[in-house]
Amino acid sequence: MTQHAITVLGHDRPGIIAQTTAILADLGLNIEDTSMTLLRGHFAMTLVCAGGSDDDRIAAALAPLAGDGTLTVTVREVSAEGAVAASGTPYLLTVHGGDRPGIVSTVVAVVAEVGGNVTDLTTRLSGDLYVLLAEVDLPTDVDVEALRTSLGEAAGRLGVGVTLRAAEADEL
Amino acid sequence: MSATPDPSAAAADGLNARVVSWDVAELDVEGVVRDVVRAPDPVLSTVGPEVDPTSAETVQLAADLVATMRVSPGCVGLAAPQVGVSAKVFCVDVSEHPKTRGHHGTFVLCNAVVVESSRNEKAREGCMSVPDLTGDVKRATRLVVRGRLPGTGEEVELSTGAFEARALQHEIDHCEGLLFLDRVAGAHAIHQRKTYL
Ligand SMILES: [Zn+2]
Repeated sequence: MTQHAITVLGHDRPGIIAQTTAILADLGLNIEDTSMTLLRGHFAMTLVCAGGSDDDRIAAALAPLAGDGTLTVTVREVSAEGAVAASGTPYLLTVHGGDRPGIVSTVVAVVAEVGGNVTDLTTRLSGDLYVLLAEVDLPTDVDVEALRTSLGEAAGRLGVGVTLRAAEADEL
Repeated sequence: MSATPDPSAAAADGLNARVVSWDVAELDVEGVVRDVVRAPDPVLSTVGPEVDPTSAETVQLAADLVATMRVSPGCVGLAAPQVGVSAKVFCVDVSEHPKTRGHHGTFVLCNAVVVESSRNEKAREGCMSVPDLTGDVKRATRLVVRGRLPGTGEEVELSTGAFEARALQHEIDHCEGLLFLDRVAGAHAIHQRKTYL
């Protein structure tokens, strides 16, 4: 069974998801993981589907979505490999402060330096306020206090605040 | 396995001394470790019927829940639907958990209901029946629960807070056929424990 990564981007209107998923269902594709949000008001959806159709056939079936020129659709086969165990401990990284260039790149560079892996990322610009939320898996041998210090220094240079909190779940 | 709190100190802490003193040995049956079922097993989404807390069947189920909880690392509670039995019975023991403050040790409640709840707080929960996902869930941090003890069938009412309150609400939900997935705080409030490459 092959997996296909499909993106739909563009001008938001009601019914985009209904139309997209109906076409995928008609092709016999199974929607596995989906993420959709509005980014600055633009529709942004990424899906990973499994099924026998090839990319060209899926793209042709989805073409009517892009018919009026307000949406862009891409389809690409991705290799379907098994799950690997999460390698680290989950943390939630929060940054907020005045908007300026380089906040995201500077902060995630500090995380990457210690081998941290971002598994979820949201940024929002609201007026002058810039907000970044990232789920980060840190390798178990990372010195979290030292990382907090490095993040604090980087944030200080940017004039923003940063917090790094454990996001481990309570087993119930 | 768990540190049994001192019943005489319990009353001063606002704990229910009878629940604090309760021990699985009272049931006088050997608990059997059962397999934990996983979603989407329909039993997890079925409202469990009330039980007769004095019946031999309920007493055995209570002992089995405690036995299964005790062999499951990090497990602080287990409800009957999680061992495949649709019934309003669950066990809780948060005594070993680092987030615990006041607690009632190990206990089992039958037909438990929430009497009062207030002061919601959001935290991330995992569940043995949904092993690959976690979710951010709001739960009351002040809680009053009423239920019956297995074996004697006595009615008990207990007030609790913090982590024990969260565990109780999670287990009562299981008995009502609800998973934490039914209560997550938003469309982006579930998280994958595994990375798929
Ligand atoms: Zn559970």
